[in-house]
Amino acid sequence: MKAPPFAYAAPASIEGALALLAAHEDAKVLAGGQSLMPALNLRLAAPSVLVDINAIPELSEVSITPAGLRLGALVRHSRIGTNSAIAGAVPLLGLAYPHIAHGPVRTRGTIGGSLAHADPSAEWPAVCLASDAVMEVRGPGGGRDVPAEEFSLGIFTTAIEPGELLVAIRFPAWPASRRAGFAEVARRDGDFAMVGAAVTVDLGADGTCTDARIVLFGASSRPVRRREAEARLRGQVPGAALLREAASLAAQGIDPPSDLHASAEYRRRVAPVMVRRALADALSLPEARLAS
Amino acid sequence: MNAPFVGQPVPRAEDVRFLTGRARYVDDIRPEGALHAVIARSPYGHARLLGVNKASIEGLPGIVGVIAADDIAHLPAEIPIRLAPLEGFQRFLQRPLASDRVRFVGEAVALIVATSRHAAEDALEQLEVEYEPLPAVVTYDAAREGAELLFPEAGTNVATRYSASMGDADAAFARADLVIERHMTAHRHTALPLETRGLIAHEEADGILRCWGATKVTQWNRRALAVMLGRPEHSMDLIEVDVGGGFGAKGEFYPEDFLIPFAALRFGAPVKWIEDRREHLLTTNHSREMEATVAIAFARDGTMLGMRAKVSADMGAYVRTNGGVVPAKAAQFLPGPYRMKDVALDVEALLTNKTPVGTLRGPGRYEAHFFRERLIDLAAEELGLDPAEIRRRNLLRPEDMPWSIGHLVPYEPPSAVDSSDVPAAFDAVTDAIGYEELRWEVRKPQPDGRLHGIGLACFVESSGAGPSETARVELREDGGLRVISGVSTQGQGHQTVLSQIAADAFDGGVPPSEIELLNGTASLIEGGFGTYHSRAVVVGGSAIHLAARSLRAKLLRVAAARLQLRAEDLVLAEGHLRREGSVQKLAALAEVRGWMREAGETPDATETFKPDGRTYTCGAHAAHVAVDTETGQVEVLRYIASEDVGRAINPLMVHGQAIGAAVQGIGAVFLDELVYDENGQLLTGSLADYLVATSSCFPNIESITLENSPSTLNPLGAKGAGEGGVVACAAAIANAIADALRPLGVEINHLPLGPDRLLRLIPEKPAP
Repeated sequence: MKAPPFAYAAPASIEGALALLAAHEDAKVLAGGQSLMPALNLRLAAPSVLVDINAIPELSEVSITPAGLRLGALVRHSRIGTNSAIAGAVPLLGLAYPHIAHGPVRTRGTIGGSLAHADPSAEWPAVCLASDAVMEVRGPGGGRDVPAEEFSLGIFTTAIEPGELLVAIRFPAWPASRRAGFAEVARRDGDFAMVGAAVTVDLGADGTCTDARIVLFGASSRPVRRREAEARLRGQVPGAALLREAASLAAQGIDPPSDLHASAEYRRRVAPVMVRRALADALSLPEARLAS
Repeated sequence: MNAPFVGQPVPRAEDVRFLTGRARYVDDIRPEGALHAVIARSPYGHARLLGVNKASIEGLPGIVGVIAADDIAHLPAEIPIRLAPLEGFQRFLQRPLASDRVRFVGEAVALIVATSRHAAEDALEQLEVEYEPLPAVVTYDAAREGAELLFPEAGTNVATRYSASMGDADAAFARADLVIERHMTAHRHTALPLETRGLIAHEEADGILRCWGATKVTQWNRRALAVMLGRPEHSMDLIEVDVGGGFGAKGEFYPEDFLIPFAALRFGAPVKWIEDRREHLLTTNHSREMEATVAIAFARDGTMLGMRAKVSADMGAYVRTNGGVVPAKAAQFLPGPYRMKDVALDVEALLTNKTPVGTLRGPGRYEAHFFRERLIDLAAEELGLDPAEIRRRNLLRPEDMPWSIGHLVPYEPPSAVDSSDVPAAFDAVTDAIGYEELRWEVRKPQPDGRLHGIGLACFVESSGAGPSETARVELREDGGLRVISGVSTQGQGHQTVLSQIAADAFDGGVPPSEIELLNGTASLIEGGFGTYHSRAVVVGGSAIHLAARSLRAKLLRVAAARLQLRAEDLVLAEGHLRREGSVQKLAALAEVRGWMREAGETPDATETFKPDGRTYTCGAHAAHVAVDTETGQVEVLRYIASEDVGRAINPLMVHGQAIGAAVQGIGAVFLDELVYDENGQLLTGSLADYLVATSSCFPNIESITLENSPSTLNPLGAKGAGEGGVVACAAAIANAIADALRPLGVEINHLPLGPDRLLRLIPEKPAP
């Protein structure tokens, strides 16, 4: 389990990193290394150059403004989970964090790394999608914004083009009336989810749902919005029965993968349960958590 | 006899070293000029091996050489069977390198030696090996049918078959009111020590071939290596350094135990090999894969009348050092701690294109107790009896001891449970978990919406295998003791517990902190049989006890003559000799050591302990679980395991052993699983896929150590204490889950019970 030979560079600026990526077509970006290093040691990846972005200070910057939250791509999981201002700005981040790996991974792994790696069972991509996050991608020709919906394209595939670097993630301001819920099943605490759901529900003053985001992850090749289910909630005062209905709509038509830990059938069966539980938590409807 | 240390919760002396990073494991040994070995392994489950093209990596940077089957063809290098040599097994031994056929993914085909591990792994990617794939045998039926043979010359994939019985099972079944019969399976998994295997071998300037990284049975392994290399045993040593866990799998003689010393001799330099985790999962012994059809005959009142069983073990591709331990012990322990005298067993061992199997903590017992305890619960249900009550009616009682368990193991003499109070061990767990109330509580709707259940299981477990163990105790110049033992240590804490034994045998005259333990390395003492079958304390400790008593007697005899006193009037205390009833110190033990020398006596004693039979422990487990019927996830709310260990030399360590064993055993119900596809490809080759319990998975485990039945077979009264915590886990957890799911009509007959597997058993509710 030793990595194949590679060259190593640790540029001090984004421009420096982009120059290296432009010069070496098969270069890989090293952020927290929690997926890349095992892949190297198992010889599943053999890049000629590793571009270590850990020496680029601005990638670790966090800013919270009235416009929302901006996280540098190199912000570690642990900082997101333990900084109450960050979780306060986007509560869904705080709800998802306890499901992410364990101490050693959390202190090293980064949100940008997780997004760029694009494991369909990972939590952050689902959270970004449910929060309308926007990815800031920088390339040789300058920067561009990619909405979360267009960012994850499939298993380990994103909108990042060769030569580009994910530099930050922007979350729009979180409305005071927005509730959030997060639920997943994993083999052990901290493992990748077999299937899970991240939801937000906006409530009007009368308790009517004005808007909703329902995201399933682990249920297909990338996290997906379930718009029919969202539409079912809009304009209604959510109760247990409505949540069950929305949950089953959310799981309709999904075509989940099978792997060692969960069959497609398992994911299909549990997906609506996760949606229902996430919604029940978001809306503080504990009776909707229980099996009918 | 003054006994201030045995029975006390003495903290582990070795922990400071382990916890502060000062342990010395095999990978910490970095000899100057060491070469590094990696092993080319078969990517096929079954294939003809057409050739290893050594030239394909010649001249690559750092490459020193390649060893393939032709390099060792002249040596008698079959890896021999150490235990359970059942008839027919000799046809299926493994050689360290495959020659014309590979039989499992991971089988070694060549050894690459280079100046660094990186260089060796780079070359490994370039090495050309030609295969012609063959159909793989991966199921019990395919193995039995034998359309494809692993060893065509043997004409069969059935490594052995035998029948064993006691009493008259036919008669018992003829008078049964109820027969419960099921086909059941246990799943393949393995030991997962934090430290993988590893070896360094070097023929040093004195001509001794030394191998670091050996453990478990170093003296036997040295004998085996001597035969295979064709050099005298005394010209080599197998050295045990700190070991990061074994659980039965580490320390057996594996192909690498031959290849690394062979490479060291061939290249005239130290050669180092550290197993990586993928290799560990592919090549270290697997265990537990077994299917059984078991029937128990019951009378209407729940009396267990007799048992019939067919047990088939998937042995993997070769018969390794542990021979038929796994199937034979599963069969032997099927009747369990119950008064059942009429038993008929058919046992078979089948070869498949998977990693060979060996022992794993509680080998065979884990599976057997699962099979039987499930059937008992099914019978209780049929007969309208409470699961606790049906067990109480059948458990062995103290007055039944010794209880003959007949001649169920062909390669062993008849055996008997030496002493046990099973009802007390059973009551201990039912009382602790509040069984009488809990069994009704779990039936009520729960606020969390989950279904709760309670499961019980009883076990009997053997320990303390012979044939013997030898120990030497020396009085050091500074008045402390040096204990030399042939047992080995994989992290159990023998420094602490064996010192307690020596200290007490020395009347407490030398505290454990002044006692050093030398053990494990093959050359330390003759007549050492190593550590397995929970024998290190039972047999090794008894030998130390005898040797320390013997040295004590010798020392007092010399001192009495010198002081013109009677030996009976002398006592040992605080490193000194004193007169009985007086606080005045007559001499320091260091001085007495001088007297012994002057009297022509050596300040040491060597004794051999040869037990008359094995010690048997018994116990029970109780589990309270909550099942999420929408996700198939199970939470273990409470788990209690009892074991009557005869005498707990160190209750703190017995407790730790029990808790750790239970985590391992419960973890295996839900997590550990080695999955193969139809081509014999292992799909769980990393720790992302092979899941193991972590410290946070099962926080609610309690253990109860009982000392009701001291063994009469050794001077300590001790019995094994490391395996009782694991052997009934599948049984108790499966019974608890089945209890929880009873309203849904679910039966649990197969392991493991991960969420996917469990949800399939739970009928889906129609969508609202």
